[in-house]
Amino acid sequence: MAVRTEPFVLNMGPVHPSTHGVFRMRVTLDGEVVVDIEPVFGYLHRGIEKLAEQRTYAGIIPLTDRLDYISSMNNNFAYCLAVEKLAGIKVPERAEYIRVIISELQRIAALLIAVGAFLNDCGAFFTPFLYMFRERERIVDLFEMVSGQRLTYNYLRAGGVSQDLPEEFLPALRKFMDMMPRFMDEYDRLLQQNEILIARAKGVGILPAEQAINCSISGPVLRASGVKWDIRKDDPYSIYDRFDFDVPTQPAGDCYDRYRQRVEEMRQSLRIIEQAMKQIPSGPVRAEVPHLIHPPVGEAYGRIECPKGELGFYLVSDNSIAPYRCHIRPPSLINLTALRDMVRGWKVADLIIIFGSIDITVGEIDR
Amino acid sequence: MTVALSGKEVAGKIEEKFPGSVVESGPDNLVVKVDSLLDIARFLKEADGLEFNYLNFVTAVDYYDHFAVAYRLSSLKHNHSLTVKARCYDRENPALPSVTGLWQGADFQEREIYDLFGIRFEGHPNLKRIFLWEGFEGHPLRKDFI
Repeated sequence: MAVRTEPFVLNMGPVHPSTHGVFRMRVTLDGEVVVDIEPVFGYLHRGIEKLAEQRTYAGIIPLTDRLDYISSMNNNFAYCLAVEKLAGIKVPERAEYIRVIISELQRIAALLIAVGAFLNDCGAFFTPFLYMFRERERIVDLFEMVSGQRLTYNYLRAGGVSQDLPEEFLPALRKFMDMMPRFMDEYDRLLQQNEILIARAKGVGILPAEQAINCSISGPVLRASGVKWDIRKDDPYSIYDRFDFDVPTQPAGDCYDRYRQRVEEMRQSLRIIEQAMKQIPSGPVRAEVPHLIHPPVGEAYGRIECPKGELGFYLVSDNSIAPYRCHIRPPSLINLTALRDMVRGWKVADLIIIFGSIDITVGEIDR
Repeated sequence: MTVALSGKEVAGKIEEKFPGSVVESGPDNLVVKVDSLLDIARFLKEADGLEFNYLNFVTAVDYYDHFAVAYRLSSLKHNHSLTVKARCYDRENPALPSVTGLWQGADFQEREIYDLFGIRFEGHPNLKRIFLWEGFEGHPLRKDFI
């Protein structure tokens, strides 16, 4: 007698250690093989876009901290760029340099978490994660020095930053910059040729370049598929055109390549910080901006290359003190578009690492 | 540097192919008729010299008398961008054609607009609420939702 089988529906999340927050998937399985998935969002929906319509332009900055809460500085940055574009505010030189240093440090911190969490998903339970947290801790200490906060910094302002760097910041950053390359070499020694990592991640969850572009994928996931596209290079904002850095890409677009991509991007961020530290001028850190900004009627889109991809703010102004509409382009949500196609045919254990290699923050998906 | 294409120039090209389909054009954006939105989107994606292969985002704005749905398009090949808008005057039952067939990246974003503005996207493969639960009354990002 033939054995009759039928697909099995498994509910994964919203509370599950591998779902990076409160993300839920309904997974249809044939034995251990994934037939289909359906992502279910909304467990962290706070209506930030609606809240923003009732706040002043400056009052929205703390809201942006709570989007992708592991790269708050970058969120501040994208939002402030959009406001500056809308209201025509010019930022002083020193503030531009501070912003670049801070946002590259934040990129390293966020990529460390991305890589650590990915290795966690691969089964290297918490050892590499805590290695990465050791370095992230130093960056968070630096941020505490400048803003007094350790997670939601609320540091950038339209027209500059909230306060100048304290005296002890640059020496402490120097110390960090001297240590970090050694740590990076340590990761490579531990992981790059690691047989288990290669066996788990090489060739798994391939995302072809063509599809990545069609699905509006951005950031390290796009570049790991071989598309050389980085907003810092291709549409330079702030003062990124003054720095010399490369845009690394990977050939295959599998989970291993996405991991390698993130490690290499950290090295490029270190290069940028090194140059910015040498060039930083003295001077004011904040333009003369009124407390209540009334931008002219119109719209503006400010975008940056954040650790997860293209983060943008689309603001519509009606000349009042609050934006008429504040839309956030969330890289975490849009990067998940291709997930369904990437995981079909793989096993449940692969689903976890493919999902982990995309690197999402639920605060930004649900907003 | 990403070049913002002049809406007027692109509008000229579109008018040659689809006469009367452009409502107005500005320095970096253009407004098109809802009926010809899908044809124009395909034209923008495929025409030589335009090749908008990347959809940055889709969003909607509620202006009380109409909804403006904005599509920001870029070309990774030519490194230029353009914002295309369509206006939906029906408040009771607003609907637009879905562009998911051209840019799969619109999938979740159109669901988000459907959820928060109540605009239907005809032809979307899985149009249901994305953040709020089925049965939630109203659409929070509409201006008349308190």
